[in-house]
Amino acid sequence: MIHDYLVLSVILFCLGVVGVFARRNFFTVFMSVELMLNASNLAFIAFARLQQNMDGHVLALLIMAVAAAEAALALAVVILLHKQTGKLDTNVFSLLKG
Amino acid sequence: MEHSTFYLGMIPLYPLLGAVCIGLFHVLTCKRWQVPPLVYGLLACVGPAMSFFLALRVFFELRALPLDARFFTYKAFTWFSVGDLHLDMGFLADPLSGLMLLFVTFIGTLIHVYSIGYMSGDKSYAKFFAYMNLFLGSMLILVLGDSPVVMFVGWEGVGLCSYLLISYYSEDRDNVLAGNKAFIVNRIGDLGFVLGMGFLFWAIGSHGFDFLSLKANAHMMTESSILIVCLLLFVGATGKSAQIPLYVWLPDAMAGPTPVSALIHAATMVTAGVYMVARFSFLYVEVAAAGMIVAWIGILTALLAAIFGMFQDDIKKVLAYSTVSQLGYMFAGVGVTAYSAGIFHVFTHAFFKALLFLGAGAVIYVLHHEQNIWKMGGLKKKMPITYCTMLIGALALAGCPPFAGFFSKDEILYSALANGHFFIWLIGVLVAAMTAYYTFRMIFVVFHGQPRDQQAYDHAHEAPLVMTVPLIILAIGALFAGFYNLPAIFGGEQMISHWLAPSVADQHPHDSFLLEFFVIATSVAAFAFGLWVAYKRFGKGAEEPVFTGFARFAYHKFYVDELYDAVFVRPYKAIGAEISEGVEPNMTDAPVTGIARLYMRVGTLVKVLQSGYVRVYAIYMVLGLGIMSFILSQSLN
Repeated sequence: MIHDYLVLSVILFCLGVVGVFARRNFFTVFMSVELMLNASNLAFIAFARLQQNMDGHVLALLIMAVAAAEAALALAVVILLHKQTGKLDTNVFSLLKG
Repeated sequence: MEHSTFYLGMIPLYPLLGAVCIGLFHVLTCKRWQVPPLVYGLLACVGPAMSFFLALRVFFELRALPLDARFFTYKAFTWFSVGDLHLDMGFLADPLSGLMLLFVTFIGTLIHVYSIGYMSGDKSYAKFFAYMNLFLGSMLILVLGDSPVVMFVGWEGVGLCSYLLISYYSEDRDNVLAGNKAFIVNRIGDLGFVLGMGFLFWAIGSHGFDFLSLKANAHMMTESSILIVCLLLFVGATGKSAQIPLYVWLPDAMAGPTPVSALIHAATMVTAGVYMVARFSFLYVEVAAAGMIVAWIGILTALLAAIFGMFQDDIKKVLAYSTVSQLGYMFAGVGVTAYSAGIFHVFTHAFFKALLFLGAGAVIYVLHHEQNIWKMGGLKKKMPITYCTMLIGALALAGCPPFAGFFSKDEILYSALANGHFFIWLIGVLVAAMTAYYTFRMIFVVFHGQPRDQQAYDHAHEAPLVMTVPLIILAIGALFAGFYNLPAIFGGEQMISHWLAPSVADQHPHDSFLLEFFVIATSVAAFAFGLWVAYKRFGKGAEEPVFTGFARFAYHKFYVDELYDAVFVRPYKAIGAEISEGVEPNMTDAPVTGIARLYMRVGTLVKVLQSGYVRVYAIYMVLGLGIMSFILSQSLN
């Protein structure tokens, strides 16, 4: 039973990774990151259920808080970048190109 | 030692503290208030005066000690201790340094007092006095140092201060160049000193490197190594005391303010070389050849400088060459192992040369910085005190009995002849006649005859009291300093020779009244002859001569400066240019730029990894984490 949850978690995580790798739109990348976070949340909850204690729940709550904070910050950054260039394409911002 | 010797360390400390105080005071106040210059002047005189009183104390304490133990030392702190070399910041008072201390501080103090008047109206008054105090402090370290290394600290200190003070009027490029010249020429001499010191340490330094130990261990050296040390040290002395071939800086050093010239020529700096040779007399007596070289260099310098002195038209340059010439006498004295005679001449010379320079300074001051003697004349009536004191100084310099210079010069000439150095004596007598000639040429041209520049003459007046009082005191010194070492022929006791006997290794010739009488007679005759020729030519007023032939050659100082420039300076510059244009780009720059290029190449290869896209960095991160996780899982299994 735990196995199914973990498989779902891994699938979701891989979807998130592929999203970050492949998509160029800021919001899509951002949603992919959120997807990865929630995939790990799912795994934590599953383990908490398995071991019958609250450790996993605590971590899940913590990740939610972090995700919320990250959303606030990252969305602000995205808005600023958009203001500067008028674009939402990550490839536009490549100042670190060697 | 039951009595405290702490105050020995205070002697150099007072002027040094004075320098620091004046400097700091000036830096702290110059932005806000206009401090009256007199404050700095008085502040500057305190340090030297305190040192003088302590020097008196040293003198009397030394006199109270028994003859065979007439020294005491003070160790301020351990400077460093490496291997065999244990070095203290120590000071040694013995008859030699005691005597030097006395007149260095006395004349130094007088020159400081005089400077208050001479430098009035100068913009950077505080800077001047700070340097002067530093100069005197360095000289006192040099005199008191109990080891060659401590002596060298003072030695370098006076070199530095001479540079600072010679190029004091730094708006003029020539003055700066003169300062540079003094510094660089002194550096050449210092190299000799350092090498000599190193060689001495290599030979006997491991048994203690202070003068007392060195003196005790000198017998362990071989004759040839003593000769090498002596000659290397003498190279240092030629630089500092302006002897052939390194004398060229001293006449140029006239670019500085006149009190500085007086300080350099009379009390500090140039006497250091003679003092150093006398200090190392325990080495110089061991090898006759070393003394002979010193004596010959000295007497030839005396001759050369006297020739130059006869044709100069700058009042200070006449005096400068007379200093070089008198220093030559001193070296001739110490060279023929008459160390006390040499130091005695240093002592008397300090009085009359300081007097002459300060007198010349007074003339220059009232004539608004005119130094050409052919623009002066007839100043006798306008400046009676300056004239009288300078006349005394000139008589002392020219060696007229019974003035100070006569006795000391006579002592040197007598020692030379009595020790069998006939030609040194002969040249010495010749130089004595020339000295009388050029000294009185200057006196006659400046003070006698008709004024050559009527406008300047009308404005001339006697110098202020703060300048004339030191002149009078020094004139008394120039009159009577010679009597301290009155030879037996005049019923004297040769007090200075006896006083110095424990410090220096004099070799006394057999006293012969006949010989001494002969030497005195020839000296007086030489003086009279020189004076007569000078009077004949310049006594009634003379016009500026046009030099031809030999005189022209001598007027241009035998083109020695130009020769040095062609032989040393230009080739050196050419080598420098060659190195900077040929060697440097190809030999040293090439590897450096090569390495830089290598990094550039590698960088261009690696830079493709830096795409700048966020996605790609994310891939790197995941890949890295994956690899780490993989390794971790492997190691856990």
